[in-house]
Amino acid sequence: MAGSDPLVDIRGLNKHFGSNHVLRDIDFSVSAGEVVCVIGPSGSGKSTLLRCINLLEEPQGGTVVVNGEDLTDPDCDIDAARRHIGMVFQQFNLFPHHSALDNCVLALMTVLKKKRPEAERIAKANLERVGLAEKMDAYPGRLSGGQQQRVAIARALSMGPDLMLFDEPTSALDPELVGEVLAVMRRLADEGMTMIVVTHEIAFAREVADRVVFMDGGGIVEQGKPAQLLSDPREPRTRDFLKRVLKPAETDD
Amino acid sequence: MTTSENGAPRRRLSPRRRAQRIRAVQYAVLIAAIGAAVMFADWSQVGRTFFDPGLMRDTVAHGLWRALWNTLVYTAGGFVIGLVAGTLLALMRLSDVAPYRWLATLYIEFFRGLPALVVFMAFSLLPLAFPGLAMPWPPYGTVWAALGIVGSAYMAETIRAGIQAVPKGQIEAARSLGMSSGQAMWRVTLPQAFRIMIPPLTNELIMLIKDSSLVFIVGLSAANFDLTKFGRAAANSNVNITPLVVAGLGYLIITLPLSIIVRRMEAAASKGR
Repeated sequence: MAGSDPLVDIRGLNKHFGSNHVLRDIDFSVSAGEVVCVIGPSGSGKSTLLRCINLLEEPQGGTVVVNGEDLTDPDCDIDAARRHIGMVFQQFNLFPHHSALDNCVLALMTVLKKKRPEAERIAKANLERVGLAEKMDAYPGRLSGGQQQRVAIARALSMGPDLMLFDEPTSALDPELVGEVLAVMRRLADEGMTMIVVTHEIAFAREVADRVVFMDGGGIVEQGKPAQLLSDPREPRTRDFLKRVLKPAETDD
Repeated sequence: MTTSENGAPRRRLSPRRRAQRIRAVQYAVLIAAIGAAVMFADWSQVGRTFFDPGLMRDTVAHGLWRALWNTLVYTAGGFVIGLVAGTLLALMRLSDVAPYRWLATLYIEFFRGLPALVVFMAFSLLPLAFPGLAMPWPPYGTVWAALGIVGSAYMAETIRAGIQAVPKGQIEAARSLGMSSGQAMWRVTLPQAFRIMIPPLTNELIMLIKDSSLVFIVGLSAANFDLTKFGRAAANSNVNITPLVVAGLGYLIITLPLSIIVRRMEAAASKGR
């Protein structure tokens, strides 16, 4: 873990949905340039934790500091803060009434107030980065799931974020399309982007992550280097989860 | 069950033969009805009253197009006002501020439940109740306001449903890019909502076209007659229904192309989904 000041610093985070206590006193920090994969069973709170980092979910307790700014402060300009936090969703959430290019251009023009030629230049560069320059005029409905997700990544990158959040980016994809999205994410990691990835792709976590976090029951159970956590977990809950994920055919209950 | 083997006295008809017989009866009734109509109706009288060719030509030549144009102008103005006010009301219904929700609900329930005729009557009485009060651009101001009020109450509910039909992930994606809630509504939600709303909004436009026939309530000079008032006046003065039939066809001249255009728009919009 490099750097002294963490890029993301979460203290005492609590989140309830009604009577359901989804996040329990989470402390979690990420340094600049770090790639962190968050794994865990469904309902463990990993997606909620991710969505609290750009305040798509509002926590009831604790602080979320990104880039030195406390996002949970009621006077914080959340729209300004979100410009530096890219997010990629499980369901892509591309704007269906805009072409791939215009999906990337829209926020550049409305939020960053760029003129169209400059916005298009940035958008094209980012579509090229995800290998979809030739699809820039296509509407999302004409693209495969993998291509849509790559456009969604390009859309987030166009804003020039310091941090990228990935919420199960490959879970909605057909198996043969997962690889192209993971390849783009791997390249992004190699380029030094700070990334927090909620995923079920254990192989990706093993090869790309600097750190893996295992969550269960609304808390962080253990975290560490992928080689250690994924091969030799300390906690029985982690061991049990990895066995289910890696060898689903051998699970006996 | 009866089978042919044990020689039952009555064999049931097969389903196919039964269907054939039922169809034969249906056609027989239809032919008898047409035959009766042909034999007993006074066709020359019907033709003279409904489809007098000379009077048709006369009606078309003396003001049909003007009346058609007026109907279009009344409807278009009312639709624009209704759409803008309806969008505003829909946003109020979805507001976080409870009093806005109450006000919008009150307005919508009130004007949706009221016959359009009553709204037109109220508007025609306004200048009497408030002497000196005058709506701008008479008679257009009054007609547009009345149609706009009736239309907005209906359209508000359509627009609200359209906004709520846009997936929540769309707003989340827009907000995560740093758009304000207003920008997300204006640039992402509303454009998609209006695509969803094209068919129901067309229904409301066609309803407004027909409601525009109520303008006679506000009192018009001949130059401002809409299709219905124009047809009725000509029918009265000629003691013949033909002008009313022509005016009725005038409405179809508006609504049929409208249906075609909207079908095209729907096809184009579905391409972008």
